[in-house]
Amino acid sequence: MKRRDLLRSFGAAVTTTALASPSAAAELKGFPTQTAMSPDHLPKPAMKGGAFRVFTQENDRKTLAAVFDRMIPSDKFGPSASEAGCLEFLDDQLAGHYGEGRALYLEGPVRPETEEAIMGSPQFTQTPRQRYEAGLKALEAYAQATDGVAFHALSPDRIDEILAGLEEGKIDLPNGVQGKWFFELMLQNAREGYLADPIYGGNRDMAGWKMIGFPGARYDYRPYIEKRGENLNLVPVSLIPND
Amino acid sequence: MTIERPKADVVICGLGWSGSVMAEELTRAGLNVVAIERGAWRDTSTDFPPAVDPDELRWHTRRELLQPMSVETTTFRNRMDQTAAPVRNWSAYQFGWNVGGAGTHWAGMSWRFTPWDFEIATQTRERYGAAKGDGMLLQDWGVTYKDMEPYYDRFERIAGTSGIAGNINGEIKPGGNPFEGPRSRDYPTPPLKDTFWMREFREASDRMGYNPFTIPAGNISQAFVNPLGVTMGPCTYCGFCDFHGCGNFSKSSPQACILPALMRRPNFTLLTETEVLHAVKHDDGKTAKGVKFITKEGVEGFQPADIVVITAYQMDNVRLMLLSGIGEQYDPVTGKGTIGRNYTYQTCGTVNGFFPDKYTNPFIGGGALAVQIDDFNGDNFDHSGLDFIGGAGIMGYSTNGRPIQNMNNLRPGSKRWGSAWKEAYARDYNQGAGIFIQGTSMPVRDAYLDLDPDYRDRHGQPLLRLTFDWNQNDKNMLKYTVDRSVEIMREAGGQDIVVDNQAEHSWNPYMQHSSHTIGGAVMGADPTTSAVNPFLQSWDVHNVFVVGASAFPMNGGYNPTVTVGALAVRAAQAIHQTYVNNPGPLVKG
Ligand SMILES: Cc1cc2nc3c(=O)[nH]c(=O)nc-3n(C[C@H](O)[C@H](O)[C@H](O)COP(=O)(O)OP(=O)(O)OC[C@H]3O[C@@H](n4cnc5c(N)ncnc54)[C@H](O)[C@@H]3O)c2cc1C
Ligand code: SF4
Repeated sequence: MKRRDLLRSFGAAVTTTALASPSAAAELKGFPTQTAMSPDHLPKPAMKGGAFRVFTQENDRKTLAAVFDRMIPSDKFGPSASEAGCLEFLDDQLAGHYGEGRALYLEGPVRPETEEAIMGSPQFTQTPRQRYEAGLKALEAYAQATDGVAFHALSPDRIDEILAGLEEGKIDLPNGVQGKWFFELMLQNAREGYLADPIYGGNRDMAGWKMIGFPGARYDYRPYIEKRGENLNLVPVSLIPND
Repeated sequence: MTIERPKADVVICGLGWSGSVMAEELTRAGLNVVAIERGAWRDTSTDFPPAVDPDELRWHTRRELLQPMSVETTTFRNRMDQTAAPVRNWSAYQFGWNVGGAGTHWAGMSWRFTPWDFEIATQTRERYGAAKGDGMLLQDWGVTYKDMEPYYDRFERIAGTSGIAGNINGEIKPGGNPFEGPRSRDYPTPPLKDTFWMREFREASDRMGYNPFTIPAGNISQAFVNPLGVTMGPCTYCGFCDFHGCGNFSKSSPQACILPALMRRPNFTLLTETEVLHAVKHDDGKTAKGVKFITKEGVEGFQPADIVVITAYQMDNVRLMLLSGIGEQYDPVTGKGTIGRNYTYQTCGTVNGFFPDKYTNPFIGGGALAVQIDDFNGDNFDHSGLDFIGGAGIMGYSTNGRPIQNMNNLRPGSKRWGSAWKEAYARDYNQGAGIFIQGTSMPVRDAYLDLDPDYRDRHGQPLLRLTFDWNQNDKNMLKYTVDRSVEIMREAGGQDIVVDNQAEHSWNPYMQHSSHTIGGAVMGADPTTSAVNPFLQSWDVHNVFVVGASAFPMNGGYNPTVTVGALAVRAAQAIHQTYVNNPGPLVKG
């Protein structure tokens, strides 16, 4: 079995055991003798090549690819965002805890103006998944209204112009989507996908790490620390070897 | 259904650094201890071994070891006339959420505070006159550095701290920090090695006449067996340290230093994934009879105990006191009350530079891998002609080269997207280096904590509300120390310098570098201005001890934890040596 498949089957085991034993007693006396990895801390590889779970509509995927590939185009520094798997990365992220905003405090009262004034930027009570659902539709509607074509059919220059307008807060999107902050969300996620470990579906062939010279998931630099200022020419490694 | 548990001698609320230190001392003295921890059991081999730990997205970006805001968050405002808002997303609040607390995912910078910090009111008055402290709530800690030294020493031995001494029993040692308070002996393990940038910083600051030294680190430099018999291994400079666990048993933490010994003691019991809701007082209000808790499944229970130790981290310490009705809420208008008073933070800046034609190899890192000068920290320099007190540690640091975290660390004017970004990041990633300026924070009247009137946690209890902004003293201090840091960066040859002076903008939790929240249940010799006495015993309810950075009446230009650990050892010894034989106030108010 390849390592990636092995990790996947661990993932499956997690779900079943979690269902089988809902709540063991929380009292600990003595040192826990369990030596197996805690199920929720096992690696969680993205399912590469599987069907999209969040971006199920083709037009949304095309809009997102059009944005991502201007944020990270294909050039002499490396592949584009979509070539590097950033769409699959984001789909997987949005399908899980991140997408559902599990860590976020979403309770009311919600006072958008107060919150923005105090925090220096707006806070959201929609989850990231909800923000993409609304945001991609808003980008499409904007392109249809201003240019009369689908967003993904716009020229690269025109997309750059729109992205710059969003970044500077000069363009607002329909349906109450705050363009500047949707831009920031997409930029963050596109670059996460390009720079995170390939185990999450992006950064294919460690292209992002090769671009900057990051050696990846290594864990011991004792042999190198005294080669101060030198080019170490270290080949990057991933948590999961490319298979 | 409610659970009524058998009575314990001591119940410990929160098993992070403070809780583990307390539990270890108290169980060794023979007391029967139950610790209640909100988070899950986490350990090196089962949760963050080397095959799992070097994962930036998971541990740093998504912060999977940290306490989510959906469990509990804080509300915040700059001024009393504003309505506070809840912090909904990840921010400078980076609380622990497992057995080990934030001690699992901390960076490990392992400082003692200076003698001046502990006697800040007296020494400032004596050296500069009373007017120098105007506008600040300066107060002494009720302990001196000299009192603290044996406890510092004990905590460092447990932690295996690496470092180089600068002052042993009054004798100044070459290569160490000449400004540190006298130590009784050297560090347990020798200092870590220099990276490229640390060496450049060291040589530049040395040329300028300053006194650079390798900082004390909870990233230990060689194998070490601590006094509890626990073995630690050498740090491998893996660069996945803060926000991550350590897969090598090399980061000082409850997991690597205390739990292996503590968990084997028959008089210790740990309840995990169980949250303390509040302490419960006897009818006369003079003592507590135990704590009310709730399990992960939502079942409430009661843990009776003779002594209640609150070690839930600084913010939750204050919140639990307020939820338990222990002590009086501080009122910034009248100045009455002590709970919530003297909240401080950490006044920080960064100065980044770029080194063309060099490889800085930023991925070679450790959470506490740095060279520092203390020439502008504390009261180590003359403040007579200056418009502030306090100062900052100025460090050239090599903590990490995590690619997502650093994706905007680019030369000025670089773009954040498109081919221009790719080109800039490809050029700058391996040429960047930074100075971190970690400054003191002084208490003022209107920086404080109380319970929020509107927002609640998942159990319906009010959230803690913070009212805070930078004060003028700290702004002046940071401007001065940032200017000194820019001079060092220039001398070191750094180009295209980028300066971030955090105090130039109103404080908000999304823009800060530091997780160090301080004060709110401070220690002191005067019950009208402190919540706990110098043994961290509540002035109001004598069988409640509140241990953590909540006890600091101000913040030094250092990370807090070694001082927290030392205070915990001291409090625990006062409990088992004195309090249990004669329960009552350990100090007369
Ligand atoms: C990213 C990061 C880097 C840091 N780096 C450094 C550094 O380099 N040097 C330094 O000195 N300090 C550093 N710190 C700070 C350091 O982690 C804390 O000072 C230290 O952990 C405080 O110890 P504590 O025992 O007070 O709190 P913690 O160690 O956080 O323990 C508190 C525990 O209480 C539990 N708890 C809270 N509320 C409840 C409740 N109601 N019921 C039950 N349990 C509860 C929590 O889950 C937690 O486990 C860093 C912190 C962070 C987040
Ligand atoms: S830098 Fe050192 S102490 Fe920190 S996690 Fe890596 S090996 Fe452990």
